[in-house]
Amino acid sequence: MLFCRAVTPSQPPAIEVVDLAKSYGDVEAVRGVSFSVPPGEVFGFLGPNGAGKSTTINMLCTLARPTSGAACVGGYDITTQRDDVRRHIGLVFQDQTLDGHLTATQNLRMHAELYGIDPGVVAERMRQMLEMVDLWDRRDQQVLTFSGGMRRRLEVARGLLHSPRVLFLDEPTVGLDPQTRSSIWRYIRALQDTEGTTIFMTTHYMDEAEFCDRIAIMDRGELVVLDTPQALKASVAADRVVLGTADNDAALTALRERFGVDASMAEGAVTFHVEAGEAFVPRLFADLGVAITSVSVARPTLDDVFMRPPGSPIRDAETASATDRNRATLRALSGARR
Amino acid sequence: MSATIAGVVAVRVPERSWRSEVRAVKIVWRRELIRFAGDRIRMFTSLIQPLLFLFVLGSGLQTLAAASTDGVDLKTFMFPGVLLIAVVFSAMFSAASIAWDREFGFLREMMIAPVRRSSIVVGKCFGGATIAALQGAIVLALAGLVGVPYDPVLLLGLFGLMLLLAFTITAFGVMVALRVKQIQTFTVVMQMLVMPMYFLSGALFPVTGLPTWLEVLNRLNPLTYAVDPMRRLVFHHLDASETARQTLDAGVTWWGWHVPSPVEAGMVLLLGLVMLAIAIWQFNRTE
Repeated sequence: MLFCRAVTPSQPPAIEVVDLAKSYGDVEAVRGVSFSVPPGEVFGFLGPNGAGKSTTINMLCTLARPTSGAACVGGYDITTQRDDVRRHIGLVFQDQTLDGHLTATQNLRMHAELYGIDPGVVAERMRQMLEMVDLWDRRDQQVLTFSGGMRRRLEVARGLLHSPRVLFLDEPTVGLDPQTRSSIWRYIRALQDTEGTTIFMTTHYMDEAEFCDRIAIMDRGELVVLDTPQALKASVAADRVVLGTADNDAALTALRERFGVDASMAEGAVTFHVEAGEAFVPRLFADLGVAITSVSVARPTLDDVFMRPPGSPIRDAETASATDRNRATLRALSGARR
Repeated sequence: MSATIAGVVAVRVPERSWRSEVRAVKIVWRRELIRFAGDRIRMFTSLIQPLLFLFVLGSGLQTLAAASTDGVDLKTFMFPGVLLIAVVFSAMFSAASIAWDREFGFLREMMIAPVRRSSIVVGKCFGGATIAALQGAIVLALAGLVGVPYDPVLLLGLFGLMLLLAFTITAFGVMVALRVKQIQTFTVVMQMLVMPMYFLSGALFPVTGLPTWLEVLNRLNPLTYAVDPMRRLVFHHLDASETARQTLDAGVTWWGWHVPSPVEAGMVLLLGLVMLAIAIWQFNRTE
């Protein structure tokens, strides 16, 4: 309680977490994480499966009680003011939580009644949410007849129905086609702009993580990194330049001798990493001395941040070696940020 | 696509109060009814078993029983027992829905809502009880076919007792459903408990003059105290001989004491409330 009020009363953080930990028996699922999310932010929560993301979300939305530590959501304490937290959050889980035997409208109506929304505005709010997710025409059909994408859209509409301050999305777009994914993002953005909703989401898709204002990465129950996508990218990888030349061997030598760049051959092309690649390319044309037939410059993506060596995922349950390698990458990354 | 939604209706979730709990109980109850109304197959299939008992078993054994029932049709005697089976199985089926809700994730939607868990359990039990009593009412409508008069007092009394029984059985089922991890387990547990309880209850035979072991099991069985008041009510409205009453409706006795119907009904209610309390306690501990 005291902890929740300690923040500035006018604009308290949407989420404030201090040393939050959760153990199941001997297993420490979450080992003391701390972070803060200001109102209106889109906060991305990433990490390999089993890193403790879902446990953290469950604690923040009062489905699990923390073993130690404290957290406030929407200005309320998650252990002592559970009902107040629940009134101000919306949830979209990765597993569906709709009643397939009810219609879309009946599912929303059920939600409105459980949340005690003023009956006078329920119908209008339901119409707006259903129109937003393009399900107004299907409102009186049983959810069983809906496709996976339609169900997820309905879940988003329901999660937003009661104007939550914080919307938790646990891998909201997993298994969806690209169109549905992008429309779900559009709805979320629209609502965020309209109602100032704070978004707390987990995802495995790196391109989605780039939509986030800030990203936190968890591994083995600990917070490893927390920064903006831009800063994270800048911290790891320089731009990747791929050259097609008339004489690759000569180009490799020239790069080493004239530019001090250690290039290598990859898939038949000269490849190297350099900072500010776009500014570097004009110098190449002027001074390389070997005819250039093609050039491409790739900015680092978050995939580059999380995948090292290129092509292997952060942590794959199947391969222990990949796990350790990537964990080492994460560690190195966190070291670099501190 | 514009970035904002024009004229969006902002809503506010009020603080929790008794009123919001009542709304929650009501909507959980209503959902059960909506789902039942949409499930015609269930409505019909759940009638098959009681009708088999009543018309096949009842008619079949009638020739054997005729010698000892002193003019009372065996089907008339069995009618309260058949009402019992209709209600018990329907209530069990309703209770299973909470396990299905967990399987299909909908339970999570209810668990995260800003309402007490007890409101959800109470809504579930009321919903299951209503449906089971309605199923019983369909069988009750057949009373005339087996020589039970359509007396308003009798019908109302029987419906009330069915409602009570339905509530207790649903509470029992919900308690079990919250404890087991899988639906299959629930079905097995129910089969193991319900069929023996049904057979031991005296739904299909008079409970006097039984062998001691059977009498003890019968008296310990909660269903005994649900079927007995129903049967007394039926015989109260029958034009049966004193001999027939003595044989068929002697009633439950404890060491010679004739247990009155209100006490029996009270026991069923009390049991239901205890089960409900256990179910709520369990649900509150669930994370």
